[in-house]
Formats: sequence, structure tokens, C-alpha cells
Amino acid sequence: MNLKLKDIVPQLITVIAVVLIFGFFTYNAQINMENRGIDFGYGFLSQESSFDVQFSLIEYDGSHSYFRAYLVGLLNTILVSVIGIIIATILGVIVGVARLSPNYLINKFAAFYVEFFRNIPLLLQIFFWYFAALRALPLPQDAEAIFGVFFLTIKGLYVPAFIWQNFSIFFYSLIAAIIAIIVIRIHAKKVQENQGKQIPVFFISLGLIFILPLLSFLIGGVKLSFEIPVLKQLATTSFIYEGGVSLPPELIALTLSLSLYTATFIAECVRAGIQGVGKGQKEAAASIGLTPNQVLKLVIMPQALRIIIPPTTNQYLNLTKNSSLAAAIAYPDLVLVFAGTALMQTGKAIEIVSITMFTYLTLSISISILMNWYNKRIAIQEK
Amino acid sequence: MSKINFLKPDRANLNTFLYLGSFLFLISFLDVFFNSFFNLNLTGFLPNFLSFVLPLILGFIGLYFIRIEYSGIKRLDLLNKHINTNNFNALLSLLIIFVIIKSIPPILSWFVVDASFAGDSKDVCTGTGACWTYIKVWMRRFMYGMYPNAEQWRINLSFISLVLLGSVGYFATDKLKKYLTLYYVVIYPLIAFLFIFFFISGGPVFFDFSYGIIAAILSIIIGFFIPGRFKFYYFLIVPLALYIILKYFLFFEEYIELGKLDGLNWVETGAWGGLSLTFIISFFCLIFCFPIGMAFALGRRSGFPLIRYISVGFIEFWRGVPLITVLFMSAVMFPMFLPEDFFIDKLVRAIIAISLFEAAYVAEVIRGGLQALPRGQYEAAKSLGMGYWKMHIFVILPQALKLVIPGIANTFLALVKDTPLIFVVGLLEIVGMLNLAKTNPEWLGFAMEGYVFAAIIFWIICYAMSKYSYNLEQKYKTDR
Repeated sequence: MNLKLKDIVPQLITVIAVVLIFGFFTYNAQINMENRGIDFGYGFLSQESSFDVQFSLIEYDGSHSYFRAYLVGLLNTILVSVIGIIIATILGVIVGVARLSPNYLINKFAAFYVEFFRNIPLLLQIFFWYFAALRALPLPQDAEAIFGVFFLTIKGLYVPAFIWQNFSIFFYSLIAAIIAIIVIRIHAKKVQENQGKQIPVFFISLGLIFILPLLSFLIGGVKLSFEIPVLKQLATTSFIYEGGVSLPPELIALTLSLSLYTATFIAECVRAGIQGVGKGQKEAAASIGLTPNQVLKLVIMPQALRIIIPPTTNQYLNLTKNSSLAAAIAYPDLVLVFAGTALMQTGKAIEIVSITMFTYLTLSISISILMNWYNKRIAIQEK
Repeated sequence: MSKINFLKPDRANLNTFLYLGSFLFLISFLDVFFNSFFNLNLTGFLPNFLSFVLPLILGFIGLYFIRIEYSGIKRLDLLNKHINTNNFNALLSLLIIFVIIKSIPPILSWFVVDASFAGDSKDVCTGTGACWTYIKVWMRRFMYGMYPNAEQWRINLSFISLVLLGSVGYFATDKLKKYLTLYYVVIYPLIAFLFIFFFISGGPVFFDFSYGIIAAILSIIIGFFIPGRFKFYYFLIVPLALYIILKYFLFFEEYIELGKLDGLNWVETGAWGGLSLTFIISFFCLIFCFPIGMAFALGRRSGFPLIRYISVGFIEFWRGVPLITVLFMSAVMFPMFLPEDFFIDKLVRAIIAISLFEAAYVAEVIRGGLQALPRGQYEAAKSLGMGYWKMHIFVILPQALKLVIPGIANTFLALVKDTPLIFVVGLLEIVGMLNLAKTNPEWLGFAMEGYVFAAIIFWIICYAMSKYSYNLEQKYKTDR
């Protein structure tokens, strides 16, 4: 046996300590629950929830089960995270590149933005947008239309809804376009490697992604019309918009603050990534006759991305976790709907908090696995 | 004078282009300036849209004219290099300049010119500007929460003394410098806890200061006559013995009133709040999360698989969940895990929760530092015959921690910014107090002022911290 006593003892002590702590907790939990007459179990998930949720992506009302309420909350969390991630990435990349601009004003402006937004607590920003900034918006009857179709009011943003006919055909044409683009890309790469010829992949892709769906309109019988929100009077002083899609102010405040806040961190990641690529790389690429665009696309970006992606993944995770601050402004996300209302109603603290935590754990671990896979794919293959 | 080609400014006609360009730029600047500061629209006679974009066009043409390379005028070259390198940059520069000019008057008028400062009721706030009177009236609540007004000197005094005690490091002589780590890691937190517990909270005083002072004085006087060898043991035993004798055997109760500390009222933690609570929570979480994080960072790199798995599990668990659910857990789930009749104050629960949460982040940061150290450092330390703890304390950790100063500072910043979340457990620090004040029926409608005020405070704290960490980083930077 190769095991030595001094190897085993510390591990044994740690394990015993952990087991003892957990045992202590479970023992107490059991006694407490017995005393209060609470039984442990996840059976409540199928019971009728009998509470309503303000904003949900799937059909839901009080007659649905708690599990459905959980799904509503989860989908709302995912919605906010996805919108936030997209906006934050776009904004972050722009600001990050702007911080490297030789233009003094742009540079300082970007630096100001970063220093300003990242040194103020996120919760404060959410409160600011929700309670101060968005409350200053006009009432529905006073709102002026933006481009004639959007209405930004104190009750939320009203946007036109798309009404599709034969949506599936459009959808298939879109998928076909994407598949065609992937095939062409692979083909173009092969051609370039074998013959050195370059195919204008970008323009072909652009054409495909526009033309195929357009064809579906002309030939496939797809029709798209817009439903523009219309002002409707409920009572003498109470107005509301009907039709279209309404985005509640909670959602706007949350996405706005989340993306503005996270964009500062992403900007710093982008800046660090681009700065991390050696100056020599750029000069070498230029000296073999690549155009500035090619230098950026073929030399700088592939190397910078390797530095940028791991910390940016962390920021995406942070954004997803920070979206739980929604509970503070009553946006019905997972924490508010499930760990808030459902917990108050059922009193099943251990089950509900554990499900909520487990959900977030799954979300973050799946995002990090995805990003790790991507990171590994683009990492330098050292020989 | 050579021929002028207006599409191609060149050096030959430098003066013409310079005057023309500057003139156009000045016009566009003045137009925006008058428009925004004096509400005068110089180009009002033009159609609406044209009048709006005219300064942009004029300024753009102006900047185009003065974009002459190697003009020989130093300032012009600098200007061209910094804000006027090409058309796109010129346009962006113009936009930024105009946005700044446009936004100065409304901001200034809201903050200062139209704002009301005087008075102490809502009636003075009639202007369109900010109502700083609101902040003034609610200042005590924002700073101290629901802490009774008459007792607030206790918080002030504790904070001032703690700051003074904390700044000892700057005045320490070289001889005492080696004890500083011990002081800051063990003694100072202990003193801070005593201050908070006895002074701010007004916890039960187990120690009678009057007897304590007398015992100390007596033992010091006798101490002069004790030979040097025994002094250490003498001071270890005698003062405590004297104190016990004085207190429990000789009852001088009625003679000694000096320094008796029993007048402090108990203030429960639910009443604490405002900025002072932010400081208290940040301080203790900072102190606790660092050693816990260090332990788990070492655990994650440990050679023992079981310890490693436990550390990985701990770190990944806390990093995977949002703080708000952790606080939920500490509020509703944690009491279930404790024995009955065993009560932990909610402030303490919040501090434990935040510390464990941030410890996971600190652990990852420190692990980064440990991994960044070259293997040679470990091998060199081992070859000198150092054991695990000696190697880490004297060789590895000092270098690793130096490497991760920015990361740790970022984690600490995140911690300070996370403190408002304690509203989940029902504690109201400054942001929570703002939300409370906002709903007060007498002071409705001043949400903006409150949030701007809190934002300024947090911004100053966080910015100062990040600058300080940058200084530390520069100070301890060693070339490798």
C-alpha cells in the first residue's frame, strides 16, 4: 500500500467535519419541520398556484400549477438575460474599441462611461431607471409616437406586433439560408486552402440571408402585417394602448441597467484582449501585404478573442445572476415568482430555495460549459 | 499664391484653409453654444431639420479644411492628431463636443442653478431643479438609518476611533512594522468588533472599566519592581488577578464611579442602517472573506483529492448562485437548519452569507495568483527543506497575493456594491433608506435626488478604492 497515514488523516478530518456540519443541519431541519408540522417533499409543484403573474411569455394564470409558475419565472429570467447579454455585448465591444481610439475625445468619453457606470451599485442603477427615470415618462394619452409606431409611456414601451401568415415557410427559408451559408463557408475555406482563391463569402451570405426569406414572401405566400398599438380610453382619465406588444417598464429598466452595467466590464475585457495582442503581430501582418481589414480579421481578432472570451463568459454569467435583482422592482423573474410569492404561499422554504439555487447553478454551469467548449475550439493548438 | 482646390486642403494655402476652417468651426460651435446656453436659435430661419444639422455640417467642413498634415504649426498638428485624424473621427469628435455643450446647461441648472438648498420642508422645493433640501432633512436617516438621533454620537465616535486606529500603519516605526500584519489581521478586527458590539450595539458589558483601570495602574506600578525575567509572566497573570480580586472580593462599588459604562442603551440591529451599515457590513465581510477564500484557494490546489473536491464544490456552488438567493437562504432557510431556541441576529446572518459568497470569488482570484507562480518557486522552497505551511506562508503566498492585487480589489469593490442587497433580509442601508424615504407621503416625488445622492457617494467610495488598489499594485510591482 502506498497510502501513508499523514496523507489520510487531514482528508479524513475534513470529511468528518463536513459530514458533521451537514448532519447537524439536516438533524435540526428534521426536528424543526416536525415541530412545525411541515412535511418535506416536492409534491406541491403540481398543486394549483392561485396567484397571478404580471408578465409572462407562456399562458399562465392562477389555475395553473406551481411548476408552471416556476417555468414562467425561469423564462422571464432567461428573456432578460438574453436581451441583456446581446445589448451588453454590442455596447461593450463598441466602448472597448473606442477606448483604444487615437481620438482623444472618443477615448475619454468611453473611459468616462466605463468609470461612471461600473462604480455605481447595480441595484441603485436599477432603482434609478425604474423609480426615477422611467417615472418621468409621459402618460399614455400624452405620449408622442416614435417613428409613428412606438409609444414610450410610463406604463411601458408599446411596439407593433408582427402578424404572420404561413410563418413556418418563412422560418424554413431562414434555416435553409443559414445552412447554405455554412456550406458555402466550408467550401470557400477549402477552395482557399487548395487553390488560394478567395470567394466573397460575406456578400454571398448577406445576399442569401436576404434573398431566400424575400423569395418566401414572393412565392411562398408568406404575409407579414403589423399591428400598431392604438390608444384606447378606459375611463375619463385612464388610457391604455391596445394591440401590439407591450414591454413593461420593469423589463425596460432591468435590461437597460443590466446591459449598461455589464457593458463596462465587457468593454474592459475587449480592451485588454486587443491590447494583449503584440504590436509585432500587427506589423508583421501589415508587412506581408494584408489590408487593414484583413489584419483585423485574420490576425488581431483570432488572437484577441482568445483573451477576451474567458472573462467575457464570466460577465455573461454575472449578468444572468444579476438579473435576479429583478425581485427588487417586481419584475416577475424566477426569484420573485418562485422564491418570493410561491414561498410565501406554500411555506416550503427548503424545497423552493434549493430549487431556485439549483436552477441558477444549472444555468451558470451550462453557460460555462458551452463557453469552455468554444474556448477550447479556438485555443492555440500547440504542437 | 497657388491654385486653391477646396476638395484637397494642402500646405501651400495653409493660411486660407486655416482661417476658413476655423471660421466655419467657430460658427458651428457658437450656434450650438448660443442654442444651448441662451436658448437662441441663430439658424432659426432655416427649415427645422436643416437648422438642426447645420452646425454639424459646418463644423465637419471646417475640420476637413484644417486637416493638413505636417502644417508646421504645433498646435494644429496636435489637434489633427488627437481629434481630427479622418472624416469619421472628425464627425465623432464634433458629435461629442456638441453633446457635451448641449448637456451642460440642463445638468447645471438641475444640480445647482434651479435647485433649492435652503429651508427644511417640502414647500421650498418649487423650482424645476433638484430639491437638496430633501437630502438635508433626511441626512441623518441616510447616514444612520433608524438609529436613535440622541445616540448617533456612538456611531460617529466608533468610526472616528476606528479610522484613527486603522491609520496606525502609516505612523509605525520600522521597529514596529513587523507586527503590523498581526495587528491588522487579528487585533484590529477584534477591536472593531468590540467597538461595534459594546458601543454601537450597546451590548452587555462584561468588563467593568473602573476596576480594570485601577488594576492596570496598580499592576504597572508594581511592575517596576519586578525583575525583567519575570515581567512577561507577571503581566500575563497579575492584572487579571487584581481585577478579579478588586471586583469580586473588595467591594468598592460605592467609592468608584470613574469610567463606569452602563449608560448605553441597547440598540437592536434592525434599527441600524444607512451608510454606516454599509460600512459595517463591508468591513466585516472584507475581513472574513479573505482568510476563508485563501483557505479554499489552497484547498483547491491541495494534493489531497478529497480536500480538493470539497473546495471545488464549495467554490463552484457559491459562484453559481446569485447573491440574492444566498441572502434568501440566510433569511428563510438557514433558521430551519439551526437548533430550536438558537437565534442568530439577522445582521450576523447577512454578514456570514455575504462573506461565504465573496470568499468563493476571492478563492478563485487567489488561485489565479498561485497558478501564475512559476514551478521553480515551489521547488526552490522545497529544496530548502520548507514544509507545506512554511513554504506557503513565506514564499508562495506573499508573491501570489502581490500578483492578484487588482483581482482582489475588484472582488472587494463588488462586495461594497453588493451591500444594498441586504434589503432581502430586511436591513436597510443607504439605498434601502432611500426607498423608504421615497414612499414617505410628505416627501413624495424626490426619488431622483435620492438616487443621485447615493450614486455620488458610492461612486466616490468605489472610485477611491479602485485608485488605491492601482497605487498598491504599482507600489508592490516587482519585475520578474
